[in-house]
Amino acid sequence: MHIMEGFLPAQHALAWSAISAPFVVAGARRLKRVIEERPEARLQLAAAAGFTFVLSALKLPSVTGSCSHPTGTGLGAVMFGPPVMAVLGTLVLLFQGLLVAHGGITTLGANVFSMAIAGPWVAWATWRLAIRLGLPVTAGIFLAAFLGDLATYVVTSLQLALAFPDAATGLTGSFAKFAGIFAITQLPLAVAEGLVTVVVVNALVGRGMIRIEGARP
Amino acid sequence: MTARMNVLLLGLAALIVAAPLVLSPDAPFGGTDDAASQVVAASNPGYEKWTGPLWQPPGKEVESSLFALQAAFGAGLLGYVLGRRRRRSDE
Repeated sequence: MHIMEGFLPAQHALAWSAISAPFVVAGARRLKRVIEERPEARLQLAAAAGFTFVLSALKLPSVTGSCSHPTGTGLGAVMFGPPVMAVLGTLVLLFQGLLVAHGGITTLGANVFSMAIAGPWVAWATWRLAIRLGLPVTAGIFLAAFLGDLATYVVTSLQLALAFPDAATGLTGSFAKFAGIFAITQLPLAVAEGLVTVVVVNALVGRGMIRIEGARP
Repeated sequence: MTARMNVLLLGLAALIVAAPLVLSPDAPFGGTDDAASQVVAASNPGYEKWTGPLWQPPGKEVESSLFALQAAFGAGLLGYVLGRRRRRSDE
């Protein structure tokens, strides 16, 4: 989902940075408040940060014959709400943009929007909906992580389509082209991320690290 | 949720990730990020890349080490939290 450095026109890069910045600032404030109010939450935060660091470092093979990486942002979004993940996801993207030349600084805003904002919000909304519908916790966690992962790649495809509409088929044609690369590759990987997220949630709940309220087990 | 269930889920995840290697052994398995960049370059010949990475790892080996470092850091954090809690619940 990384849009490579220099691969967004300057106006687009600037616009996405302007859109993402308030989310990250709000997330930093929320993060500060969480730590002040519940110092013991630092361990849970470390778990959520660790999960997204390790998952987004793994470039996994997919059925399309390409490799892509999961995002690992669904877990933290369910545990802390999406704003906190805007900060943790930005840290991951900064590491990758500065040290491994995946993504970059001019495209940071766009990449933060897809991976650290859109993905976590979709995951969180999915989780809330699943709970309201009375789905089992396991199903809710799976769907949240799965859809959050997938949403990130759909947004990346949309960002590229907006920047580079196809000469003949326009925005939709271009979106289909980029979604063909990103979203299809991501489908099985998002399923895998959903399964692994369920296992980690099981482990955290089993150790009394997190309590899931208002949901049937 | 039982330990057996967790093993089953992890096994299934591993199977999903490993299956493409068996199903399409001749695929190049390049990165989708690069694939998208190539599509941009190919279908927008007028677009000039206006900036590049500040720093790039010199070669695939260094790059893979840095990715490994990222994964190790994340796994270390997660493992620390899970292990710490297990110790406490054992007491």
